[in-house]
Amino acid sequence: MKHLLSIADLDREEILAILDTAISMHEVQGRDVKKLPTLRGRTIINFFFEDSTRTRASFEIAGKWMSADTINLTGKGTSVSKGESLRDTVLTIDAMGVDMMVIRHPASGAPRQIADWVDCSIVNAGDGTHEHPSQALLDAYTLRRSLGDLDGRHVAIVGDLTHSRVLRSNLLCLRKLGAEVTLVAPPTLMPAGIAGWASTDGFTVSYDLDAVLPTVDAVMMLRVQRERMSGGYFPTAKEYAVTYGLTARRLALLQDHAVIAHPGPMNRGLEISAEAADAARSLVLDQVSAGVAVRMSILYHLLAGEGSAQ
Amino acid sequence: MSDAQNSPPGGREVLASDDIRRGLKRIAHEILEANKGPEGLVLLGIPTRGVPLARRLAEVIQEVEGADVPTGSLDITMYRDDLRSQPTRPVERMELPVEGIDDKVVVLVDDVLYSGRTIRAALDALTDLGRPRAVRLAVLVDRGHRDLPIRADHVGKNLPTSRTERVLVRLGDLDGVEGVWIQ
Repeated sequence: MKHLLSIADLDREEILAILDTAISMHEVQGRDVKKLPTLRGRTIINFFFEDSTRTRASFEIAGKWMSADTINLTGKGTSVSKGESLRDTVLTIDAMGVDMMVIRHPASGAPRQIADWVDCSIVNAGDGTHEHPSQALLDAYTLRRSLGDLDGRHVAIVGDLTHSRVLRSNLLCLRKLGAEVTLVAPPTLMPAGIAGWASTDGFTVSYDLDAVLPTVDAVMMLRVQRERMSGGYFPTAKEYAVTYGLTARRLALLQDHAVIAHPGPMNRGLEISAEAADAARSLVLDQVSAGVAVRMSILYHLLAGEGSAQ
Repeated sequence: MSDAQNSPPGGREVLASDDIRRGLKRIAHEILEANKGPEGLVLLGIPTRGVPLARRLAEVIQEVEGADVPTGSLDITMYRDDLRSQPTRPVERMELPVEGIDDKVVVLVDDVLYSGRTIRAALDALTDLGRPRAVRLAVLVDRGHRDLPIRADHVGKNLPTSRTERVLVRLGDLDGVEGVWIQ
């Protein structure tokens, strides 16, 4: 495995290998000395062309705990803002001899394009509305820790599906691990062509959150991405919260063992209520904590072994 | 990983099941003698076969002294110095006793001592996990050919080998058969 661009590139065994290694990595987080020598001498550039708190911090901490040298770059303040093309910029960085670039980019497909240009490993840390594979892996890891084997488990992914890059990665990942998935959103936020996805990926679509909640083992609430919305996708925030938000009333519809996930950042009071976000069954902070462990595992699988980028 | 089979691996058998049992019993007594009893001991097995060996040593100590000695496993995959030249290895679980290893006498347990690189990695891992009072090394077989200045404190059997030979340890709990063979 040289790059992590899409969950579609991984088979079930590769996903499980990353999740299983992450269990050992999670143990490192509980130690006094949070450091493994595994990637000593390796250099990782976190190249973020879009704002991010948790993903960037998580990759940086993961790299540092594995003893790699990590450097953060943003679109602003680099030659990109002076007008240099993306290709020339990443070729310049690659020529410095780095081992990996972790790329967050607003354009869907940018990391895959960059992977064709450079010699180093590329990790897609979110590209436009396309994919966010490391997030999907950490979500699967968190759900697995809480629910056990995901084979046959039912997960609902709810909210702004059109603008979500988490959706596609999560859907692919959960399906490959054998979970049943139901997508729930208002018709205006259901991705175009979803019917075509349905025939290939074997998931169901619903517009009725109340009907779905009692059947699920986990409900994953997605953020309403107002910054990506150019038009009106729903009349008012209040109406969205009432029809598709995980309110205190809806919490009661969940089975006793069912858990709540949210990849963050959360709009409290919109897609998720404070009661749900802070409930004992909420895995929101577990997801953040798992993020470092899963990203350490990804770095290990991409950079440690034979045949990894030199 | 284990070439787990239920039949002997072939080659010349150098230790039978009884020899292994006797060797472990002697090592357990040596550990107790060196430590002047079981107090403060922690036995950490190095996966894969060091882990059941550490457990068996603890059982012998329990029989002899009536004392429970904490055991655990110390996975050294992340500390290996040959990671870049090998395919990615699966990482095993690290299981430390709840008491931790600070101020304990940690006995590292492995099946075969060869180049010493595994033990070097284990010493690095221990440094990250705490500060033992002392670290000792117990191995079932010492086959020589050290690359590093590392020596075992307790050895079940010294086995002169050539570098071209392979030493195969099989344990009943993992492999269905038990013994040590040279191929």
